[in-house]
Amino acid sequence: MKKIPLNVKQNIAFGTFRLLSLLVVAILFWILGFIIYQGAGVINWKFLTTSPSDGMTSGGIFPAIVGTLCLIVGSSIVAFPVGIFSAVYTSEYAGNGNIVKFIRIMTNNLAGIPSIVFGLFGMSLFVNTMGFGDSIIAGSLTLGLLTLPLVIRTTEEALKAIPDSFRSGSLALGASKLQTISRIILPMAFPNIITGLILSIGRISGETAPILFTVAAYFLPHLPHSIYDQVMALPYHLYVISVSGTDLEATRPLAYGTALVLILIVLIINISASFLRKKLQKRHA
Amino acid sequence: MLETKNINFYYGNFHALKNISMKIENNTVVAFIGPSGCGKSTFLRLFNRMNDLIPDTRLTGECIINEEDIYQKSIDVTNLRKKVGMVFQKPNPFPKTIFENVAYSLRVDGVKDSRFITQRVEESLKDAALWDEVKDKLKKSAFELSGGQQQRLCIARALAISPSVILMDEPASALDPISTSKIEELIHILKKDYTIVIVTHNMQQAARVSDKTGFFMLGELVEYSDTKKIFMNPEKEETQNYVTGRFG
Repeated sequence: MKKIPLNVKQNIAFGTFRLLSLLVVAILFWILGFIIYQGAGVINWKFLTTSPSDGMTSGGIFPAIVGTLCLIVGSSIVAFPVGIFSAVYTSEYAGNGNIVKFIRIMTNNLAGIPSIVFGLFGMSLFVNTMGFGDSIIAGSLTLGLLTLPLVIRTTEEALKAIPDSFRSGSLALGASKLQTISRIILPMAFPNIITGLILSIGRISGETAPILFTVAAYFLPHLPHSIYDQVMALPYHLYVISVSGTDLEATRPLAYGTALVLILIVLIINISASFLRKKLQKRHA
Repeated sequence: MLETKNINFYYGNFHALKNISMKIENNTVVAFIGPSGCGKSTFLRLFNRMNDLIPDTRLTGECIINEEDIYQKSIDVTNLRKKVGMVFQKPNPFPKTIFENVAYSLRVDGVKDSRFITQRVEESLKDAALWDEVKDKLKKSAFELSGGQQQRLCIARALAISPSVILMDEPASALDPISTSKIEELIHILKKDYTIVIVTHNMQQAARVSDKTGFFMLGELVEYSDTKKIFMNPEKEETQNYVTGRFG
């Protein structure tokens, strides 16, 4: 058999790799294009600013947009401080003992729990035992727990990426450990921490199972008055008008419109966060 | 004055420093030389307790600075490090402005008086022979400076809190010859006000900058005396072999 020259082999290999990575991009654009094509038609000012009407076969999705934004803010308030501070503890303070190893294993296990289980747990603890009822606070706590491992892990990675020379440099000047972390290490790690927070916001805004039993309303044509109220949410609304509406064919475009709005919200948050990150990076470079 | 009495230091089971006793007079420059892994950097880091950061280490003996054993329980390590500054092998300025790098030690010390801070920053940069090069760009990032300037910035940063001792761990080994000679000139000038302990792999450097030299090997202080004597007429054969390059 004739031997294939090395450079031909290499070209075949890299050609294949290139094709596969293009495939990923193509699939992404296919999904996006499909949703834009199907959904863009229904998006107008009225769709964004009014409540659903006529048995959810017409009208807008305003309460669901507000609900999803509430849940993003609420679960960020729950998950970001807890996640960031526990990551600071495990990677800066706790050394590498058995307790830290245990915390790390548990964090990873937490990440592996299916989201519907979080939903059940949230219902049992926050809705029933703690008596919050179906409410923004119960949903935010549940979503916060769900996204906590992601926040912790990305924050830990961001902290680990800071070379030790900055820590010893600061300590050698008579700074305490807390001063070193708050004045040098956290500001330096912040751009990368933000990346983790963006990922977790993407996750929060798209999750359906955890809010199913803890906050999401099937139909609620007015806005919440307090954190103890139920809200509609985009992913759940999408599910409802896709499978359990009164006239599925008529509501199909509304479903795609809802999906498009959900994607746009995540996109806007991502873009503004990476803008912020660039600004911070410039300040610390 | 710095003094150690019968210092033994262990990394886990590894006996890194063996029974080292040494005296360092005020306002002198002392160089530590010796092959890699001989313990000279470990010994240097005893004086500002940077070895505390390494887990699973153990120390016996006494390490005295200005008549106080710095390993006593009552010693506040952050205060100790304000009196014993350190300059590292690689320049490690913070991702802050030139001004804020020098002001850092004052700010963490709780100094609020901004006129005093501005004054100390200027004095420190002058003492580190960097002022003329940076006085017009104090608000610029420290990362915009060259490697040699960054290292002098790190020296200025260490001076700002007015220490009495400065430890230098191979401060010029990552720098080009011109930057190196600037650092060496600086050491000559700083000697007036500070006690300087410098670890170096460069024997010419040790000969040029120091008053006394300690030669370390395998965790032991083989010989410690006037730099001239160490290089011209050492007592021990190992020292002779090392300083003449016949080591091995």
